Amino acid sequence: MTTMTQAVVSRGGAAERFKRTIASGRLTAVLILLPPALTLFSLFVILPLIDASYYSGFSWNGYGSPSNFVGTENYQRLFDHSVFHTALRNTSMLIVVSLVLQMPLALGLALLVYRKTPTNTLFRLVFFLPFILAEVAAGLIWSFVFDGDYGVTASLLQRLGQDPVYVLADHQWAFPAIMTVIVWKYFGFHMMIYIAALQSVPKDLIEAAKLEGAKPGQVALFVQIPMIKHALVVSGFFAIIGSLQIFDVIIPMTNGGPSHSTHTIVTYLYTFGLSRLNIGFGSAAAVVLFVLAIGVALFYQRATAKESRA
Amino acid sequence: MHISARHNKAWPRSRGWVAAIAAALAVSSIEAAADTTVRLLRVEISDAEKQYYDEIIAEYEAQNPDVNVEFQYIANEAYKTRLPTLLQSRQRPDIFYSWGGEGLRDQVEAGFVRDITEEMNDGWADLYPESAVGAFTLDGRVYGAPLYATVVGFWANAALTEQAGVDIDDVETWDDLKNAVVALREQGITPVAVGGRDGWPMHFYWGYLATRLAGGDGIEAAKTGANGGFAGEPFVQAGQLLQEFVDLNPFQPGFMSTTYERASAMFGDQEAAMHLMGDWDYIPHKERSESGEGVPDEDLRFIPFPTIADAAGNEHSFGGINGFAVTRDAPDEAVDFLRFLLNEENQRRAARAGIFVPVAYGSEEELDTPYARSVARMLDESSFHQVFLDQALGVSVGATVNDISGDLAQGAITPEQAAERVAEAWEFR
Repeated sequence: MTTMTQAVVSRGGAAERFKRTIASGRLTAVLILLPPALTLFSLFVILPLIDASYYSGFSWNGYGSPSNFVGTENYQRLFDHSVFHTALRNTSMLIVVSLVLQMPLALGLALLVYRKTPTNTLFRLVFFLPFILAEVAAGLIWSFVFDGDYGVTASLLQRLGQDPVYVLADHQWAFPAIMTVIVWKYFGFHMMIYIAALQSVPKDLIEAAKLEGAKPGQVALFVQIPMIKHALVVSGFFAIIGSLQIFDVIIPMTNGGPSHSTHTIVTYLYTFGLSRLNIGFGSAAAVVLFVLAIGVALFYQRATAKESRA
Repeated sequence: MHISARHNKAWPRSRGWVAAIAAALAVSSIEAAADTTVRLLRVEISDAEKQYYDEIIAEYEAQNPDVNVEFQYIANEAYKTRLPTLLQSRQRPDIFYSWGGEGLRDQVEAGFVRDITEEMNDGWADLYPESAVGAFTLDGRVYGAPLYATVVGFWANAALTEQAGVDIDDVETWDDLKNAVVALREQGITPVAVGGRDGWPMHFYWGYLATRLAGGDGIEAAKTGANGGFAGEPFVQAGQLLQEFVDLNPFQPGFMSTTYERASAMFGDQEAAMHLMGDWDYIPHKERSESGEGVPDEDLRFIPFPTIADAAGNEHSFGGINGFAVTRDAPDEAVDFLRFLLNEENQRRAARAGIFVPVAYGSEEELDTPYARSVARMLDESSFHQVFLDQALGVSVGATVNDISGDLAQGAITPEQAAERVAEAWEFR
């Protein structure tokens, strides 16, 4: 917004610019193309958002119209709720793991398989497969893998002569198990972004570096990675927003248990808001989630924009 | 009738595709050539029960050619979350499945449920025991009619308990049960299977213990906050007894990751000697077992939940009474159909087919299996039938009860904290 006004001022007035916009047919384009998107956005994003903020002020079970106004009580209960703290902590852990483990893993693999050869195509396909799988199906499959009686982990431990471990019933290990699955599920997606970017890095730059005696690791570190910075920024953004939205892998794996220790903000919202018919309370959680998502998005944009300018 | 009437009203002022879609939606009911459509919404059920309803519908439609009855089924969890929305929409069913209790109260207070006290007083209520109608009675008005009753007890495998030298038919008190668990463990047999991951199977322990200790009337009193409400003595003690029980290591390893279905299969595969579950698990445990046979009938027992010395609720039972409620604007035909659906003959028919344990007086005569008959006897001898706490206390408090039961079993909270959390949830509901 600020850059636009600056531009307008520097080119000598809004009127002239407006005239040019009409002449170039851009206004017509805006008038034709904007309304459908704007209508959909208002109907399905803005209106529900306003509704949710309104409901969050009520103690309401979803029947009739909300009438029992409780002010900020829903928010107070939310911030006092230990499970909500756990959900926040888990979501932050997911973000960290996505950025610190998943992205480097994806980048490493992308560097290994980005060249167009038949074997690389095969590996790319294999690495990308988890991402194609439906979330719920993946969650169910992994809940069988981790099953203490019949799972893969169980038979491994059995061969080693160890007692069975019930990973998904364990307070300490259930969430790390979920994070493993999430990394496994989504690294392929980030890898694809990097591969696309790596393929567009000019070959002569790499050649030049090689001529100067750079080893493959140095080429990657000093040529390729700096050249795909924009892709890293985008994939980082997806990783953060994706972590804030994780829901459908967790429900089939643990359903938030044991003792609500594996909730994310979204599964928390669903469990305590929707399925318990505390619509007002759930709306409060949704509003908090929205504010967090917007906050993180803005912060991320600022941080990365500054970096690319510097 | 109400569907086509609404449709006619909407027609003249609607235009374009909106009307076209409305017409397309309404075609099915017009095609049926019936004046009135009664729509019933039920939680997803077995094929046998669906067939039972189909037969009843056919009979009713034959007697009332101008009425068309439609059943719709939604899976259990989805049903609970979608019902509030459905009740407020134009897609509102005329009759819906209900668990009674506080959930029904919410719907009644929001004005979605039709008062059927008059029809009930007109001889209808006489078909059922008072407690069954009581599950649908709020402040003296009746808002629903009972379909069947369920009761929770220990399914037991007598062959396994015998190996540990326990005569399962003699297990009558809580201490007997604890002794049986110790004896079974010594023999290397998993004493009890439980589906801890689902929450509600574990709530059967805390809930039944609370029912024994406080008594059904004690639970009613707790709702009004008397004697410390749900934070009061009996509810704390229920947690203590549960934790003492868990200390004996009664459950299969990793029980908090086991679902109800899995626990039921474990019992069917004879991997555990007991399973605290509703009477409905007779056929499911067989179907889920590897052999498809489950525990052989000669070894299978269904014993009442143990009594506790000097407890107020030793004569009381714990389970469900499920039935149907009629929505506010439903046509009179809906009430008429419901009365037909739940009449004595149809209740007897359900008993004959072994689909569920019906509530109507005399229908137990038709029950075939010894388990069904023992269930009917338990209900008959019970002086108060406490509806499952996760249903009787409403969705939100109910879910809290399920939570704390699991937390207690894992030792994650103390009995005092557990009772406190239920009390808090009740206050905030």
